[in-house]
Formats: sequence, C-alpha cells, structure tokens
Amino acid sequence: MEYQFILYKATLSIAILTVSLLIAMYSTLAERKLAAFFQDRLGPDRAGPFGLLQPLADGIKLFYKEEFMPASANKFLYILGPSLTMLVALLTSAVIPWGNSLIINGHEFSLQVADINIGILYVFAVVSVGVYGIMIGGWASNNKYALLGAIRAASQMISYELAMGLSIIAVVMMSGTLSIQKIVDQQAGFNWNVWYQPLGFVIFLVCALAETNRAPFDLPECETELVGGYHTEYSSMKLGFYLFAEYINMFISAAIISCLYFGGYHFPFESMLPVSHNILTIIGVLILFLKITFFGFVFMWIRWTLPRFRYDQLMKLGWKKLIPLAIFNMVITGFVIRLLH
Amino acid sequence: MSDLKPYTSVSGRSKIVSDKKITWVERLYLPAILKGMTITLSHLLKHKATIRYPETKREFSEIYRGQHVLKRDDEGRERCTACGLCAVACPAEAITMVAEERKPGEENLYREEKYAKIYEINMLRCIFCGLCEEACPKEAIFLTPRIVNADYHRDRFIYGKDILVESMDNRVDVTKRQTPEVLAFKKEKNRKHND
Amino acid sequence: MKVYLFYFLCILALYSAFMVVISKKPIHTVLYLTLAMFCLGGHYVLLNAQFLAVVHIIVYAGAIMVLFLFTVMLLNLNKEGEFQKPALVQVAAMAAGGILMITLVGVLKQTDVVMAKDPTMTQIGLVSSLAKVLYHEYLLPFEVSSVLFLSAMVGAVLLGKKD
Repeated sequence: MEYQFILYKATLSIAILTVSLLIAMYSTLAERKLAAFFQDRLGPDRAGPFGLLQPLADGIKLFYKEEFMPASANKFLYILGPSLTMLVALLTSAVIPWGNSLIINGHEFSLQVADINIGILYVFAVVSVGVYGIMIGGWASNNKYALLGAIRAASQMISYELAMGLSIIAVVMMSGTLSIQKIVDQQAGFNWNVWYQPLGFVIFLVCALAETNRAPFDLPECETELVGGYHTEYSSMKLGFYLFAEYINMFISAAIISCLYFGGYHFPFESMLPVSHNILTIIGVLILFLKITFFGFVFMWIRWTLPRFRYDQLMKLGWKKLIPLAIFNMVITGFVIRLLH
Repeated sequence: MSDLKPYTSVSGRSKIVSDKKITWVERLYLPAILKGMTITLSHLLKHKATIRYPETKREFSEIYRGQHVLKRDDEGRERCTACGLCAVACPAEAITMVAEERKPGEENLYREEKYAKIYEINMLRCIFCGLCEEACPKEAIFLTPRIVNADYHRDRFIYGKDILVESMDNRVDVTKRQTPEVLAFKKEKNRKHND
Repeated sequence: MKVYLFYFLCILALYSAFMVVISKKPIHTVLYLTLAMFCLGGHYVLLNAQFLAVVHIIVYAGAIMVLFLFTVMLLNLNKEGEFQKPALVQVAAMAAGGILMITLVGVLKQTDVVMAKDPTMTQIGLVSSLAKVLYHEYLLPFEVSSVLFLSAMVGAVLLGKKD
C-alpha cells in the first residue's frame, strides 16, 4: 500500500506538471491570438491549423537561440535566477485540489497531490519566495535595466502580497480552515465564496495580477523604460523559463481564484446528476478547468485593455487603497460572523 | 458683442474639456475599467482587417505607382529617345542614361533616331512620384502596379534596360493610365512632338 | 528516513550559517542567510509544525530577507575588498559578540532537555492547537508583543515622515 501510494502520488505529480506545462504553452498562443482578436487582427495562424503548432515552433526557436551570458555576470546566480523562478512557479500546483476523489477497486484516490492543512499559507509562502528568482536573475545580469526591473518586481510583489494575504484572511475567517480542499468543499453547489466576499475577490484579483507581473502591473518588464526589465540580458531557454513561468503563474493564479472564490470543482446542481461518483469527479475536473480557462481569459482581457500604471500610482494603489480596503473587508467579515453566531 | 456660439463641433463627437474634480464614483475607476473592457470585448468578434497575403492579395489601383516600364510601340520598337527629360524631372535623381545614335538597319529596334543605350533607375533612390511619366514626351516610361522586389544587395536595385523594357510576349498594359484627361494635359503644354 | 533528512538539513543549515559569516560579498551573505532560513523551516516541518514552518518562510524568507536583498542591491555593496573599520570598533564588536556567545552557551548549559508532553500527538503543530495555547495561556504576552509591533510601525512612519 505504501509503495502504491507513493507511485500514485508520483504519477499524479507528473501528470499535473505535464498539464501545467502544456497549458502554459498554449496560454502563450491564446495570449497572442486574443491580443490579435482584440485588435482586429488574426494572430499566428501559419504553424498548423489555426496556429496550433506555434508554441512548439516558439519552443524550438528558443532552444536553438544562442546561449549568451554577459561577461560580467555572476555565472551561478545568473543560471539560478530563471531556474528558481520556474521551480517556484511549479511548486504551487501541489496543494490545489484538481478534483474530488476517484474510487478504483475500493481504494479512494484524491486528485490533490498534498492535502496539507495549511494549504493557503503554503501557496502564500511559495508566492512570497517567487520574488527571489527575479531578484537574483536581475541582479546577476549586472545590467542597470535588469537591476531596476528586479527592484521594481521585488517592491511590487512585497506590497501586493500584503493586500492579497489580508483578502485571503477574510475567506479563511469565513470557512474556518486553511486547507484548500475543505474551503472548496464548503462551496458545494452554488454556495460560492464570491457571493459573500465580492470586495475580497476584487482585491485578490488585482493582487494576483500584480503578483504575476502582468499588465496593468507589468512595470518590472516595462519595455518603454527598462528595455526588457529583469530579463534584459537573458536569451535562449533561460529567457524562455522566465516567460514560461509567467504563464504558469497565471494558470495557478486562475486555479486559486477558482478554488477560493468560485467553488473549485463544484458546480451548481451537481448532487442532482444521476451519475456515479467517478464520473462526477471527472465532470468536476472539467468544470474546474473551464473556470481556470475563463479566468485566464480575464487576465488576458485585462492585459489587452488597460494601460500600464505609473510606478507611484502602483504603490499608492497597493498601500493606500488595497490594504485599507482589505482590512476593512476583514473587519466587516469579522463583525458579520460574530453577529451570525 | 456678437452672439456667436462658442466652438461647436461639426461631427458632433467632440467633447468640451473641463477640469472639474472627478467624483467619488469616478475615482473608483471600476466603471471606466468595465467600459473599456466591454469595448475590447466587442472587438473580439468584429471583422478582422488582416489580408492573408500569399493566398489573397490586396487589390491594386489601376494607376498605382510601382515599378517602371519602358514601353515599346506596336511594332516592338523602343519608344524612348533618350531626351533626358525624365532624368531632369526626377526629384530624387534616380534616373541616368547614355544616348546613342540609331544605326542603319536598326529601324525595327528603335522608333526614334536617337535611343538610350543605357537606361538605369536606382530603385533605392526612386520615390515613385510619377514625374518621369509626366515629363516623358514619347509615352515611353510609365509606372505600373507592380511591386519592386526586395533583395539582399544594394547594387541589384539599379534596374537596367534588361528589367525595365517590356518584352513583346508579355506586354504591360498602361491604357488605364492614359485617360483622355491625361492625354489632354500632355497636349496642353505644347508638346506637339508627342503626336 | 526522517533522521537522514534531519542530518541533511542540519549540515546545510550549519554550512549556510557559516558561509553567512565568512563570505565576503554582501549579496552572497544574504542568500546564504535565506538558505539557512529555509533549512530552519525544514526543521519545523520535521517537528510536525507545518504552520510555524510556513509562517517562518513567509515572514523571514519571503519578506525580511527580500528587504535585505533589496537594500544590498540598491546600495550595490558588492565590493570584494575588506571593509577596514577602526581598531576600537573591531575590539568592541569582538567583545560584544563574545559576551553574546558566552550568554548563549551558559543558557544552553542551564536548560534541561525538554521532553514533549505527548510525543504521539501529531496535531501539536497545527493551527488550532497552536491558537489554543497562544490565545489562552499566553494571551497577555501575545497582545503585548502586538503593541510592541504597533509602536515599531508608528516609529517607522514617524522616521519616514521626518523630511
């Protein structure tokens, strides 16, 4: 049983890893396609039908690009930067409940790699560590623009982590648990957290955009001011890692938003469906991916609609608007919980 | 004091700018953001402006000013007489030529007694203004709706007679450029030798 | 398995702590300190205190060390050379460090080996059990320390507003 358990968890991890990477790959295509569609263009459509092989072509291109390393760069840290970014981006997927359990031969298999009782805090810890990859890479490049981008990224991520944490705390107060699986199960049916925490959801969404360094908060790679930002000096697959990690982060953020506020793999009227447990689980997984796709779309939609913030506006929004709002949200939640009990 | 109204827009779309303080709701920016997002969303399904180039090509105007052609007359003789008016008219100094006297027995090659032995247009200098076509008294040079191809070497952009002179099996149609107005314009300037 | 993990983490923690002291580049010092923080987090996990481990990583590795790194990068303190301090300062630093070490060693010698109250209880490090201890037995110290943090924050704001 022990070995079977380990084997199962290993298979699940690899499956989730593969799916995350695949989705990140196709997010790049979706991003370009959507950008084009929002701007009345067609986007990449030459590689394969509807451009479906474009991510593959991009990947091959990145692999064949020259591996350039600045002479004055710190070699070890220069390589560590993108590796760390990629590692941290992939770490989060372990605690996300991708679906309910599957029952095979009487054994119950959970579709979550690790149901740790502090799931949300784990996510939070991984996100807070995510800034190291960018900072180390930006510093090791020994380039002004890269350093400025890294510093921007670091201060931005620290600032928005606070508001993000405070908005999560309101959810945790409501559900009384830190385990993501339990939070998801409390939202069974249509009992989604977003109905109770609309303000918290908006704060979380804004902070998620800022944490993934996406427009309108993409100042760390603001090309009008900083050339390429923290990855100015990077080329080949090391650059690919940085770009790829952004899409993985986006995917994970969308998954966490779906789990915390939109019921994860639960969907309305699921208890009325006359199907077996396993089939219901599979439908649930598909529903979760539908939700994730929708939020991925929202992320891209926002990116291709809103212009970039100015740096002081970004800081003002983070510290003077979002944090007080999040605290206010937390206090109101506390009062309501106290009144109801 | 006149009772003229302040400036009113003809199209009716201009807005009068004021520096009034934005209200609390406006300061939230959320309505404005949502408005912007509906605008982008509406573009998602709009008709795309892209032309898929190799499969479909953009329609050219009949009088598009592209690569030049040196015309022959109906008997296949070159019309150009190397008068140099095109080179003088050219604002970009793209045209050069060397004239030569027609020898006996070459009457079936050249229409006039003098012809261009070398005729070169530097396509990198050319601005495709069409003044050479306007200046030509012999109806010899025309611009055509053909694109000048890209190349890897600068010297290959100097087009000689081998490229410019049309071949008889593959004549370039320029009748659309010679509208009655154009012909009348050319006559107006006392270009009697045109006839 | 757990024992090997423990030794591995110990060696890594001691190595990185040692490197914090001897590495000459400030940025390496900060990164080694971060690594040491992660090792400590690993130790907490081994002690079945996941909450403490995660909070440790969030607060120390995720916030404080990032600020350290931030400052070092911003000031560009990446000079290879030794910072030559006056002799008096060096002596004073050594004396202060030595006194601290003597105190620590003395305190460690005095303490008895604490046995876990209930070693079979795996729930000891979880949020709810921690909260019960924190909000019942140690409520006053907890609140007092929060007041301390508040005063520190007010002080920081005051310093920042000065000019």
